[in-house]
Amino acid sequence: MGKNRRYDFNLILGSILTAITTVPALIGMIWTPYDTHTMNNSLKLAKASLMHPFGCDNFGRDLLSRVMEGSATTLLIGLGTVFIGVVIGTFIGALTGYYGGLVDDIFMRFNDVMFSFPSLLLALVFVAVMGSGKIQLLFALGIAFIPSYVRIVRAEYVRARNMDYVKSAKLAGASDMRVMFVHILPNTFKILLNSVLIGFNNAVLAEAGLSFLGIGVQPPDASLGRMLSDAQTYLFNRPGLAIVPGVTLIIMVLGISLLGKREK
Amino acid sequence: MTGIIKKIISSILTIAVVACLVFMAFSLIPGDPAVAKLGTQATPEKLAALRETMGLNKSVPARFVEWIAGVVRGDFGTSYSYSMPVTKLIADKLPVTVILTLYSFILMIAVSVPLAIVAARYENSALDKTIQILSQITMSVPPFFGGIIITLIFGLGLKLFAPGGYVSYSVNAGRFLGYMFWPALAIALPKVAMAFSLLYGGLTTEKRKDYARTAYSRGNSTKDVFYKHLLKNACIPVITFFGMALADMIAGSIVIEQVFSIPGLGRILLTSIQNRDYPVVEAIIVCIAVLVIVSNLLVDILYRVIDPRIITED
Repeated sequence: MGKNRRYDFNLILGSILTAITTVPALIGMIWTPYDTHTMNNSLKLAKASLMHPFGCDNFGRDLLSRVMEGSATTLLIGLGTVFIGVVIGTFIGALTGYYGGLVDDIFMRFNDVMFSFPSLLLALVFVAVMGSGKIQLLFALGIAFIPSYVRIVRAEYVRARNMDYVKSAKLAGASDMRVMFVHILPNTFKILLNSVLIGFNNAVLAEAGLSFLGIGVQPPDASLGRMLSDAQTYLFNRPGLAIVPGVTLIIMVLGISLLGKREK
Repeated sequence: MTGIIKKIISSILTIAVVACLVFMAFSLIPGDPAVAKLGTQATPEKLAALRETMGLNKSVPARFVEWIAGVVRGDFGTSYSYSMPVTKLIADKLPVTVILTLYSFILMIAVSVPLAIVAARYENSALDKTIQILSQITMSVPPFFGGIIITLIFGLGLKLFAPGGYVSYSVNAGRFLGYMFWPALAIALPKVAMAFSLLYGGLTTEKRKDYARTAYSRGNSTKDVFYKHLLKNACIPVITFFGMALADMIAGSIVIEQVFSIPGLGRILLTSIQNRDYPVVEAIIVCIAVLVIVSNLLVDILYRVIDPRIITED
């Protein structure tokens, strides 16, 4: 009983925290209180007020609006990254895990090497090759996250390929493709869900990290990482410029990781 | 022993493959570095002369052989934008990144192990609960924001260090280590939280096993049981994490160098990416790859030392 209540607690707190960041982000995709790109000299580094609840940044842009747009960008890139990683990772993992053999061996050696590199570094290399920008960042992170999903999905397929339900599906005349994607795939979802949540968090942090380094989302587009790096210059006078996007980032990651805990 | 030798050989092969891939990736990029350096207004004669000195007029395979031959001797070619040997350019920056990484790794172990033991010893107490909640929050703080917060509280607020006051290790080693404590802390904190929760899980499982009770019955103190008996077994699954954390910390130090104005590999990597100075980028990526692969190798060897059972599985 006591244990169940603790799990509920993680779920409730996780949902609340996720909602606090995703709802403004979703709104920020279509509407923000102020235009996020118009600069206003008279509001430069303005303090918090009723009109601007978090104040304004060094260009006089409303911080709340910037955070809303930045969260939206971060959210979209996180989702896109996970999508690319899961779809391609599942496909490669399914094929190599199901068939095995030499191709599997070669792929797995390559995959293990990729996996041993921090995804932030991999993405950094891809950005160096492809150039910086939102779309490039999305692909760089997506590719960088493929190896981890290949690993998880492949392990499931290796386990499943000799199981009775797979054998009977084959005896019943199902094609390899059908066995792989109709019979085995749904059984990987439970494990995949957890790694999707962890992967989303890692993608959000990697996006923020790359944008912080100035090679991710490019100005004037808002991104939580970029805002943090711009805020460093004004840290002494206006620490809020760093704290607001930073705390938003933490709440986003914390909420999702609590949701992931519930799944265990 | 043969297992370790096999691992060393495969690590060397991996480094070779990574080096090849890095070179191929950067030679496939469209665009002419000579044009990028001189601008589109440059005369064809000047461009041809520059291509000659940069070695760009040779075919890709020929350049590859030349590059690999150089890398083996520790020569990464000449930087496009700094016009000096890449090796000279990065030689004094590599130690900064390596020291920062090791510093954070040591901090991670020094903080997470005692913390996990205290929490596991007083399981379900208020102290345990507090540490749990703090660790859950710390886990979600990205190192670069952690660094900003540390600068704000300990640098600007408490004035324990001067933000941006980096001192080179060759000038004053003591002040260098004193300054590097803060960035190392920023990198280590989220990892401390993760190492803590893994160790805590291991320790609370191990302390219920029979051998723990036996150790108590032989008259060991609680401290001895935890440090001498339980810790070793609880560590085995965590070592894999330590290995990944070490690799992650290399990435983390590249980011955190920007927060604390530390002239390590990170800063020169970023400017070189922006200037499309590919010889420098290639060299730094190969260096980082070597660091990651060597740290994986060390973790693998450590694994075998702590848990000899693994040898029979080879």
